[in-house]
Amino acid sequence: MPSFSMKLPQIIISTFLILLILLAYLLQMDLLVLFNESLVKLVMNGVLVLSLIPMLNAGAGMNFGLPVGIVGGLIGMCIAVNYRMTGFYGFFMSLFFSLLICIFLGWIYGLILNLVKGREEIAGTFIGFSFIPLMNYFWTLVPFTNRQMLYPIGGQGLRPKINLELYFYNILDHLWLVKIGGIEIPLGLLAFFGLLCLFLYLFFRTKLGRATAAVGENEAFARLSGLNVANIRLLAIILSTIIAGVGICVYTQSYGFIQLYDEPLSMAYPAISAILIGGSTGKRTFIFEAVLGTYLLQTMYLLTVPIANEILVPELTEILRTFITYSIILYALLIRDKRRSSR
Amino acid sequence: MKANKLLHSEYIVPALFLLLAYIAWQFSGFTGSFVGNQVLTRFIRDGILVLSLIIPVVAGLGLNFAITVGAMAMQTSLLLVINYQAEGIRGILLVIVIGVLLSVLLGFAIGHALNRVKGKEMITTIIIGFLGNSIYQLIFLVGFGTFIPVINQEIILSRGIGVRNTVDLGMYRNTIDKLWLLNLGGLEIPLFMILLVLLFAGFVYYLLHTRLGQEIKAVGLDSGRSALVGINVDALRVKVMIISTVLAALGQLIYLQNIGMFDVYTAHMNTGIISCAALLAGGASIKSARIRHAIIGVFLFHTLFIVSPQAGQNLFNNAALGEYFRSFIAYGTIAFALIINIKNENKQAKQGIS
Repeated sequence: MPSFSMKLPQIIISTFLILLILLAYLLQMDLLVLFNESLVKLVMNGVLVLSLIPMLNAGAGMNFGLPVGIVGGLIGMCIAVNYRMTGFYGFFMSLFFSLLICIFLGWIYGLILNLVKGREEIAGTFIGFSFIPLMNYFWTLVPFTNRQMLYPIGGQGLRPKINLELYFYNILDHLWLVKIGGIEIPLGLLAFFGLLCLFLYLFFRTKLGRATAAVGENEAFARLSGLNVANIRLLAIILSTIIAGVGICVYTQSYGFIQLYDEPLSMAYPAISAILIGGSTGKRTFIFEAVLGTYLLQTMYLLTVPIANEILVPELTEILRTFITYSIILYALLIRDKRRSSR
Repeated sequence: MKANKLLHSEYIVPALFLLLAYIAWQFSGFTGSFVGNQVLTRFIRDGILVLSLIIPVVAGLGLNFAITVGAMAMQTSLLLVINYQAEGIRGILLVIVIGVLLSVLLGFAIGHALNRVKGKEMITTIIIGFLGNSIYQLIFLVGFGTFIPVINQEIILSRGIGVRNTVDLGMYRNTIDKLWLLNLGGLEIPLFMILLVLLFAGFVYYLLHTRLGQEIKAVGLDSGRSALVGINVDALRVKVMIISTVLAALGQLIYLQNIGMFDVYTAHMNTGIISCAALLAGGASIKSARIRHAIIGVFLFHTLFIVSPQAGQNLFNNAALGEYFRSFIAYGTIAFALIINIKNENKQAKQGIS
């Protein structure tokens, strides 16, 4: 673990968070309920944030093409729901299907990103953007037969929101739910998240993981020491895509609806800003940073909802969220490159 | 060999668009004069916005997705003037003056921001555009009626806070649109507006042929060498962003007055993407852009844009499929251009080393 010191954005966010908690307290909101929710939100969004790490560590930058992996996960879940797989069986089959699809998608995505080395971020953004309308064809034309996922009228094309009530809604959230007084700790959910973190941690301990980090650290040196840079980057991108697929499955089981069509379009930005808040500089990133960043950002989002409702402008929540998200990314872009040029 | 390649993509892309547009038009069943009229309207609406992208490309900054900020600057000015109820010619002049001043300021800020992220200008302009949109929403959806006093009650939501989703521009509509209207068969040609857009095209052309323009080109080709010759690269890049933002602001004004209705929160949303895609469709790349790319691009891209939903309806009995095709073309064109250009750049860099 690196020596950890608070940096300016973290100080700002933490101060803001404390202010919000105070405000929530003054408005007499139930802080325990908010705390319970914050744990769920951490894992719900945390896996998507974790998915950025392999690419960051391999030097492929922020994965602005996150929608690619997300779509893979969505297809996986749709297949499971189509065959009416319920409960844990349904959830794990979703993970299995999305794993297969994400390997394929990640492979193609990785091959393209290897062509645009050094400028993956802008290319990834538009690969993600253009992949969404392409997939809209798939959602409209795919011959699934489960009536519960199709448009009620016409019977063709998937609904934009597919209800998971009967399938695997809250399957992880409610697993081993421990109640102590008013505090609810979703042990199962946290354990799942912990396992993924452990997997990533162990991966970067293996020979392959070390090679990945070496490529991210210093590509020229890695090449001289005989590593196949293109293949290692490809692998990291596939890994990122797979975890993104898992991430959307975890997100969806919490949320309760599979959201299709244009919904994944802007999902990359909150994840990216979370990892930046955690202290990532767009290069080598530690799991701890991803977890911390997600918790800070998601708790803050969580607190803005009731507070904005108190101030009578309901849209304020969403606007503040996007404002914070994009400010963080812009700040990181400006600071990151200043550091590089002053080096 | 290299010249051959350049020639290739510069002509292949427009040819592809022409072919696609023609096929989609055939399936749409629209008459030629309908499509012609529509495309001319789009040319007037979007022409200046696309032109505003050329100078940053020439200066080596890539596609400026932050032209949405210029658009928002003009919309801000428009809303302020409507709020203070200035009408007629005086109102329009006021809108232009405030809008231009605001976009000079914003362009200046964006230029300075981009000087800190050399090599990553495009992703930064995208994020700047998104952030600008958040701030814009904050001002008009939350600020109006709380911090900013409301004078014109007609534009405010019934709860007293926030501007309505659509504001009528009746007082400015058709002031200049119908000037010198020619009628050729079924084709209505608003000559004045077309000349106005061409005037802006001429301005950009002229600018690129002044001393400033020569410096911009030099910086675009090789900023390191230009610095050695004594060009202040950073200052020049700031100037480029100011010009681009101001042009975008004026372009958005033409766009809005032509539509006559003003969707306060969505009118600017896709300006960046659509304009960039149109420029690329005309044969530009992220390294080089000319006036003719902008003009040809607007015609080709918007022809495809107009006919594809109907073509989707006729072919698959589903208009949504045509819509998806439209979005795919817009995003896909940019993705494709980025991948091809960056790939070629990387290849050249590699050859340069070895």
